[in-house]
Amino acid sequence: MLDASTIASPGMPPVKPLQASRLALSGRPVVALAGNPNTGKSTVFNALTGLRQHTGNWPGKTVARHDGLCVSAGRELVLVDLPGTYSLLANSAEEVIARDFICFARPDATIVVVDATCLRRNLNLVLQVAEITPRVVVCLNLIDEARRKGIEIDAPALARDLGVPVVPAVARDGLGLDQLVATVLAVVDGQVVPQPVLPRYAHDVETRAARIAAALEPMLDGRLNRRWVALRLIEGDPTIIQSIAEQRIDG
Amino acid sequence: MADPKTMPAYLVRLQADASGLTIDGQDVRDHMVGTLYRRAEQIADACSHAAAGAASGATAPAPAPAASSRLRRKSWDSRLDDLLTAPLWGLLAMLGVLGVLFWLTLVGANYPSRLLGRLLFGLGDALSALFRAAHAPDWLHGLLVLGMYRSLAWVVAVMLPPMAIFFPLFTLLEDFGYLPRVAFNLDSLFRRAGAHGKQSLTMSMGFGCNAAGVIACRVIDSPRERLIAIVTNTFVPCNGRFPTLIALASIFFGGMGVAGATRGAIAATAVVLALVLAGIAVTLLVSRLLAGTVLRGIPSVFVLELPPYRLPQPGRILVRSIFDRTLFVLTRAAMIAAPAGALVWIMANVSISNTAGIPGGAVGGDTILSVVASLLAPLGRFLGMDGYVLTGFLLGLPANEIVLPITLMGYTSAGTLTEVEGLASLRGVLVANGWTSLTALCVMLFSLLHFPCGTTLLTIYRETGSRKWTALAALLPTAVAVTVCALVAGGARLIVAAFP
Repeated sequence: MLDASTIASPGMPPVKPLQASRLALSGRPVVALAGNPNTGKSTVFNALTGLRQHTGNWPGKTVARHDGLCVSAGRELVLVDLPGTYSLLANSAEEVIARDFICFARPDATIVVVDATCLRRNLNLVLQVAEITPRVVVCLNLIDEARRKGIEIDAPALARDLGVPVVPAVARDGLGLDQLVATVLAVVDGQVVPQPVLPRYAHDVETRAARIAAALEPMLDGRLNRRWVALRLIEGDPTIIQSIAEQRIDG
Repeated sequence: MADPKTMPAYLVRLQADASGLTIDGQDVRDHMVGTLYRRAEQIADACSHAAAGAASGATAPAPAPAASSRLRRKSWDSRLDDLLTAPLWGLLAMLGVLGVLFWLTLVGANYPSRLLGRLLFGLGDALSALFRAAHAPDWLHGLLVLGMYRSLAWVVAVMLPPMAIFFPLFTLLEDFGYLPRVAFNLDSLFRRAGAHGKQSLTMSMGFGCNAAGVIACRVIDSPRERLIAIVTNTFVPCNGRFPTLIALASIFFGGMGVAGATRGAIAATAVVLALVLAGIAVTLLVSRLLAGTVLRGIPSVFVLELPPYRLPQPGRILVRSIFDRTLFVLTRAAMIAAPAGALVWIMANVSISNTAGIPGGAVGGDTILSVVASLLAPLGRFLGMDGYVLTGFLLGLPANEIVLPITLMGYTSAGTLTEVEGLASLRGVLVANGWTSLTALCVMLFSLLHFPCGTTLLTIYRETGSRKWTALAALLPTAVAVTVCALVAGGARLIVAAFP
């Protein structure tokens, strides 16, 4: 893992996390697309938006953010392809971009694309996204590859354990994507309200987080997830205060 | 409380209050990360099952799905990785793969480029006839047909065939998942050069396009290492320069169109391979130099994931390599080649002494082009090339693709050769203008090492936000190219003088 002290890149222009997207300003629902590198995230993005974004068997292909319009059943969604990350712990520029978008741009839903062949590592990101926002839909991708490797994933059980909808898919062949969009729309419209089962930390951490969250309430006035911000302050994340300050000043 | 000025201070105070917590003697951050990962693994294991009828031990007891899948991964792809990323074999395999790639391109591009050349220049003759029949003024014919059309034809004939073969093959490797292995193999070399291991990734992307490679440098977080990667990205030949290298290698080292073609193709492949390796070596050396002087520091650590090998999809590869790469590069080249061709024609036909009137054809001597070329000639000769080639490199700043076509335009419109019948005569044009294998070698080296193209420079400026670093990114490679070419040319002259 990278040393967190290398993140605040002095002298280099920051990769702007929240460039105003013309698509997003139109009042259409915004859906973020997150996932580990090389899970087929860009393939899902291309399939849903009809764009021919360059995909490659190559972790780190998507460095910047891409926006695209997804049209389905007369509805239009703005899809935002976030850089692939293993976590949202702000270890790198990509992780800060992805985290800040989910946290500050507050998309109407976030799809997390997970690789069915290495679920253990991928679910970690799902849990971290769910800590920020409950409106999460998991796209369980590459189930064909998993099957070839002899892994069968019980999607309903996964949905129950995570507390968020899980849609199995083979994005390369377009399988499961209609279901994915339908599920996302249901979440956007509030017909489905995911209730993520979040990991509980040690008693000391949780009580302290609750206390800080209460202190934060008047300041964040519901614009950010209080518990999540409190947890970041407790863990001593060096980037969170800067991110909050910048977002606030930018309006 | 919501005042943006006091809020950060308030948050800092809250954070200070909250810090220092330890859970069972563990740092609180470690505790939180650990909790997250444990929970993720717990859920993953509870929801994964060995698929019915899967390879070995389908009846194995349930709790070991992760372990058993890891065992099965030790199958072909794991063994392939053992080979492709082994310290010595990995590098040898890399050389082999690149060699085969270049060889296929060289051999395959030969015939279609001759055919295409004949076709396009035949069409040019037809256009000339049309202009004559319409009694068009000579300058119009010269500007449009001899200037714009002919340089376009050169660009297409020289570049399209190698691109149409090289890009699909390169995309195939990319899709299969080979490039991250290359990055893995080179990682330790970059680390030893004081640069970031991820620079091996951005360098590999530079093979496609240096501007893309420079953008990819965003994956490197440390500004110091990112600058090293940005400044040195141009030392690997991009899509725009590969066709030039391949064409020159096959003409001067592969005996294009001469008997014994197989041996020639192997020799030409070896030359291109050697150039690529030289590019990588220069990348490492210059990185080392920068890391030891202006950009001092300790390399940071990172995790590089080797993605699974995936079966490439032929249809998608064709579409992507033809449309996204071949046509993209070709269009860009053509857009710049047409005006550049017109410019070169004007330069070759307007004489300095009589700039007011455009003559129907220069009588030689003191046209703008010949004046510029003769001004650059001493430097060109010093670097083993000539004034026209240097003019080509300067005019080719917007896009490296057009350097060779522009040079050819310079030669042909200066009247040394009136009729050019196709790519087969490319060698003829060059030899008639005094080219030898040494000239070709120096041009290839200069092309490999010189200043990045205009697009890349603009990208570097956008990425670094600094004129100083952009200037360095242009000057440093130029200095390297000048040094290397001067050494090679001078060395060759010494050898010739010593052993006549």
